[in-house]
Amino acid sequence: MAYRQAKYDELLIFEMGCIEKQAACFSQECLDPTMIDKFIPKEIRKKDDINIPGLTEVEIARHYTRLSQMNWGVDSGFYPLGSCTMKYNPKFSEKMASLEGFALTHPMQPVDMVQGNLELIYELEKILSVIGGIEAVTLQPAAGAHGEFTGLLIARAFHEAKGEERDEVILPDTAHGTNPASGAMAGLKVIEIPSEGDGCVNIEALEAALSNRTCAFMLTNPNTLGIFERRVREIAEKVHAHGALLYYDGANLNAVMGKTTPGKMGFDIVHFNLHKTFGTPHGGGGPGAGPIGVTKELEKFLPVPRVLKLVKDDGSIKFDLHHKLPYTIGKIHGQLGNFLVLVKAYVYTLLVGGDGLEKVSEAAVMNSNYLKMKLEHLFPLPYPGLRKHEFVLNGSILKKKGASTLDAAKWLLDEGIHAPTIYFPQIFHEAIMIEPTETETIEEMNRFVEVMKAIAEADAEELRKCPQNTTRKRLDETFAAKNMIFTYRALRDWRERNAD
Amino acid sequence: MTEEFEIDNDLRYTKNHEWIRVEGVSGLVGVTDFAQKQLGDITYIEFEVEEDDEVGAGEIFTTVEAVKASEPCYLPASGKIIELNYELEDEPELVNKDPYRKGWMVKIELTEPSQLEKLLSPAEYGELLKEVEHQ
Repeated sequence: MAYRQAKYDELLIFEMGCIEKQAACFSQECLDPTMIDKFIPKEIRKKDDINIPGLTEVEIARHYTRLSQMNWGVDSGFYPLGSCTMKYNPKFSEKMASLEGFALTHPMQPVDMVQGNLELIYELEKILSVIGGIEAVTLQPAAGAHGEFTGLLIARAFHEAKGEERDEVILPDTAHGTNPASGAMAGLKVIEIPSEGDGCVNIEALEAALSNRTCAFMLTNPNTLGIFERRVREIAEKVHAHGALLYYDGANLNAVMGKTTPGKMGFDIVHFNLHKTFGTPHGGGGPGAGPIGVTKELEKFLPVPRVLKLVKDDGSIKFDLHHKLPYTIGKIHGQLGNFLVLVKAYVYTLLVGGDGLEKVSEAAVMNSNYLKMKLEHLFPLPYPGLRKHEFVLNGSILKKKGASTLDAAKWLLDEGIHAPTIYFPQIFHEAIMIEPTETETIEEMNRFVEVMKAIAEADAEELRKCPQNTTRKRLDETFAAKNMIFTYRALRDWRERNAD
Repeated sequence: MTEEFEIDNDLRYTKNHEWIRVEGVSGLVGVTDFAQKQLGDITYIEFEVEEDDEVGAGEIFTTVEAVKASEPCYLPASGKIIELNYELEDEPELVNKDPYRKGWMVKIELTEPSQLEKLLSPAEYGELLKEVEHQ
């Protein structure tokens, strides 16, 4: 399949249009200065011109359509980005989230007007509690990392309530980058411990690091190499023996649903990435959701408000918001979380059902092992055996011929396949981390195998030339990392500074 | 084609690919040619210590950020930090270009010079690289 990505010389939207053009027509009455005087006091009015692009509706629609054609998503093709669980997002969930009763409600509406929304939140909390094997869930965190941060604040509050000062968080060297970042954000000292060759926890190193300063140990299971941490109960015992809490990074939950739960493994705090496991779109800066669940002992520290289900004497049910909890860590979101993402996850769990979630995990693990079996002859598998939902190959054979894993990733782009996660985990060099998810067909996986075969056989020179078929060719990553320009204003300033 | 890694014969090395150049009672510390090649283009050096800090062997003194990864660097021997190479703040690529000279990171006054004996000699470090290559 010859792949060609769309290519337009598209300007930034700030560089397009002019102030005279607009996509909406205001009535003369709205623009009448006396009306403006009547409704908007002078002192709060903006004095200089507003700096927003002036475009017609059709210009806006075409601009964003072109950008989307130069983009890549799960709807465009295979996306085997390890540890990110880029599964297909069912369109039915989108449809349900766009129902007016959900989409047009406002978080500040009185509870009597949004009983259905509150019921959905209440029910989804219960569903996630069962999947996590824990007592109580909050849906407020707006992303996985936000969930981690919330979880660590709860861990801190738990220790503080007991009068204990614990300021250290331990994590394995294979941890996702958000773990140390969340620890630092929560004011904890981050202690990294080395892993075993199979990516599992080095229990001796863990024991050496545990002390009465330990607030929590953060772990994901199955681990980053896609291997189930068999000694997780023993790990939990050791962590608890030191009075510390065990935190579950939910990034790899897609591998074990219905088979076991983080609660059974001995975890105290669990986060769920709805975008990974429950088929909601990945954020990419957009609205996300990273709910967390906790044990009975930790429930009282959850953020407020909590959604309560009240059963009246006449048997009628009312949902209410409870703000006053003496031990709560407080508010961690302006409202109750990114509600429409929660709607999509709720719909997904109902569509798939309890037995279905178990089948999701089985299929994810089967697909991963199918690809592993087809590819381990081409690229060495660092540690033998079966995997869960993902696996990591070693791309060193590319290095030996003068190319690299990065070049292989670029070759895949030319074939209309998103690159896997590369150079992570860092416990060996040239890592290629592949996660097909349960939603890929055997045809698509076989095509991927053929492309990987071609990469293994390709000349270094050919590999280094990639990509050719994409909107942009090889980007200067070093320059980008050194010159971080994230806003139009920053770009404009940078251009002015470098005008000559 | 296997990559070649430069080893400076005047230095002592750690298993984690740091080096120390001892001059009297002080030493310059940096990361090896192998380390910089593994990291790729270095974009930022963050000093985790300040001048006059007393730092123990094995503690983090800088974090090196590259396009591929961000890696902590551990001090080969205990000492007091007497100088930081501030040039790296503007030109972190010096670590890529000249890891053993212009790419030095911190200068320490050694408080336990006997620790140096536990570090790897250039020959031992060369052996370590051969093992790593075969992984």
